[in-house]
Amino acid sequence: MPEISLNVLDVAENSTRAGASLVTITIDADFSGDRLTVVIDDNGCGMTPEQVQQVTDPFFTSRTTRKVGLGVPFFKLAAESTGGSFAITSEPGVGTAVTAVFVLSHIDRMPLGDISTTIHTLVVYHPETDFVYRYQYNGRSFTLDTREFRQVLGDIPFDTPDISAYIMDYLNENKLETDGGAIY
Amino acid sequence: MKSLEELKAIRERMQSQVSMRAEDHNHTRVVVGMATCGIASGARPVLTKLSSLVQEKNLTDKISVTQTGCIGLCQYEPIVEVMEPGKQKITYIKMTPEKAEEVLERHLIGGHIVEEYTLSGADIK
Repeated sequence: MPEISLNVLDVAENSTRAGASLVTITIDADFSGDRLTVVIDDNGCGMTPEQVQQVTDPFFTSRTTRKVGLGVPFFKLAAESTGGSFAITSEPGVGTAVTAVFVLSHIDRMPLGDISTTIHTLVVYHPETDFVYRYQYNGRSFTLDTREFRQVLGDIPFDTPDISAYIMDYLNENKLETDGGAIY
Repeated sequence: MKSLEELKAIRERMQSQVSMRAEDHNHTRVVVGMATCGIASGARPVLTKLSSLVQEKNLTDKISVTQTGCIGLCQYEPIVEVMEPGKQKITYIKMTPEKAEEVLERHLIGGHIVEEYTLSGADIK
């Protein structure tokens, strides 16, 4: 994976597959502390302690289409190879939280990439799931909450062209105001 | 900051239009594989390209673009499946945004399968 945001897309996909009704994604870039923290937190079916141990093993998967499961191991390696850390906490019936911490200045840290398109893809293509996305950059932040959108829209789906465009603009404009267009 | 007021305005505007989309059986489904294998080989820009083209060309009442998980052919990702009502499923492999645009023009609009990009047509045996 060439971008952190693609890892987010992939791992958040697991949350929707775990039947989560709410997925919270937090991106926190803190340049004074030299850390980029990514948290994906869901209220899906959760995992047993044994399963939590297994998911970072590339040769474990719950799927049947093939025998490897690389999403979580990729994400873990990406974080740990920058001197950062990776953790999963999970409880059956409660949900799962995945936390990856990257050292921003490390030469092996992949770029954050197009996080706004990632969030847009998640929001628009998972009509059954609500997302809370919080983007923080050196203390400034904005939040997208699809529950607020739904309250306004009623049953108008997010993939309606005008709505989809609004969500993309919402992400792009608010990110620009938060980080001034920083690329990192 | 962009506000929810704007979203309310869009809703007002839309409610005055009568044509709410009905998912009928004449709908063509375009499905993009978006598991680890798909994402890692570039499925996100393919999905974005397809859905924005379908919207730009006002085809949303005929074509719906959705995503799915791993189809089991990871080595051929990004994969796009086209399911037209009453026809056999067509599997396009190793897609790019450019190829996706071609498939939209030639297959979804023009009605001719782009054989060289399909699983059965590609030289992979």
